[in-house]
Amino acid sequence: MIAVIDYDLGNLRSVSKALESVGAEVEITNNRRKIAQARGLVLPGVGAFHRGMENLERLDILPSIFKAIKEGKPFLGICLGLQLLFSESEEHGLHHGLDIVKGRVKRFTTTDIHKCGGKVPHMGWNKIKFKTENETLPAGSQELSMKIFDGIPDESYFYFVHTYYVEPEDKETIVATTEYGKDFVSVVNKDNVIGVQFHPEKSAKLGLKFLENFCRYVS
Amino acid sequence: MRAKRVIPCLDVKDGRVVKGVRFLNLRDAGDPVEIGSRYSKEGADELAFLDITATIENRPTMLEVVRKTSEQVFVPLTVGGGIRTVEDVGQLLRAGADKVSINTAAVLNPDIINQVARRFGTQCTIVAIDAKRKGSNWEVYTDSGTTPTGVDAIEWAKKAEKLGAGEILLTSMDCDGTKNGYDVELTRRVSEAVNIPVIASGGAGNLQHLYDVISEGKADAVLAASIFHYGEYTISEAKIYLKGRGIPVRL
Repeated sequence: MIAVIDYDLGNLRSVSKALESVGAEVEITNNRRKIAQARGLVLPGVGAFHRGMENLERLDILPSIFKAIKEGKPFLGICLGLQLLFSESEEHGLHHGLDIVKGRVKRFTTTDIHKCGGKVPHMGWNKIKFKTENETLPAGSQELSMKIFDGIPDESYFYFVHTYYVEPEDKETIVATTEYGKDFVSVVNKDNVIGVQFHPEKSAKLGLKFLENFCRYVS
Repeated sequence: MRAKRVIPCLDVKDGRVVKGVRFLNLRDAGDPVEIGSRYSKEGADELAFLDITATIENRPTMLEVVRKTSEQVFVPLTVGGGIRTVEDVGQLLRAGADKVSINTAAVLNPDIINQVARRFGTQCTIVAIDAKRKGSNWEVYTDSGTTPTGVDAIEWAKKAEKLGAGEILLTSMDCDGTKNGYDVELTRRVSEAVNIPVIASGGAGNLQHLYDVISEGKADAVLAASIFHYGEYTISEAKIYLKGRGIPVRL
């Protein structure tokens, strides 16, 4: 079973329906026992960073999340779920995150955005560019990111909706970047944890392929 | 760089897809969930549902269509038609819509744009404008194109952006249903007046029309109904054509 963590934020239903459509057994839950039983975890989310942290704290599920990650269970963070993995965020003041990936969540600056004639939120279909092969990925994490992007070509389009982006300290956690005024990090991977800024559940065929790969990795 | 989007629009009446010509003459075209699912498989970048009955009694029917669609279709879904209050928006988003488009209610009470954007985010707040040429300008119409408002379409688009609209869905009433092409000039004027994406709607009859309104009209997305519903072109044909003419699209 894959647990989609319910922390009162975001589009849990679309994420769980998309996972079900690729054959996963899914539970939307914030029950600690269920989280402990799950073979894989998904932290989705749309909304403000500090609200996300507050809700996770209020529901007292942070220990269960840390434990699952420590045990090596596959963990997928989507959009806000990716951002929450980071040390801190600049959204509405400075707030602490889960600190699983060292780094900061930042806002797109207008100078960046004007370069591409865009604005925030960054919304729509955009390409992800994998880090080139001559740059070294850490051995442990390479396996997960390779498996999870199996059958997904470089420069594939995914659907994005966000105003903030992540900036990891350790460049080796970067799996892919996306250009919006500048290159920002759109996929990170650290050990058994993968985070994506895009919404696989809204990214049509390749989004489902991605989720299917994640499910395969879980089982 | 973001891709230009091709968005099939389904006019939904009593839970069925219909398409009118110049807002009249409804023809039955099928089940919204089935058609939506087919379009997404063919490469639709988003789906748009317009609830053209949009009465309070019919609201549960539409919510059910949205619910079922969002369970089977994994691209963003926009729903419009008959949205009057922030609570209407909340219901549609909870049912699985990703964005809502607001037309008449926004003209009558522009503050609703601000309220929806603050509560749910600008990314899900689309202001739909039905515009009709009047001399060298365009006038905004409400109530499914039946009521002239005296409001200038370009000024209204600017105001909507300022109030928090994330996108403008711009329909030319002169062109809608004619299949003679979009109102390229209207689309360009609005696109140049605002910094948010403009979705061009009304008049698509062939693939050249899609290209024209993106390249000359500066549209960020094209919305079309009948050219897809009646099988004249598939979405993927449209996108391959656009790509061949140098427009960035997701294939």
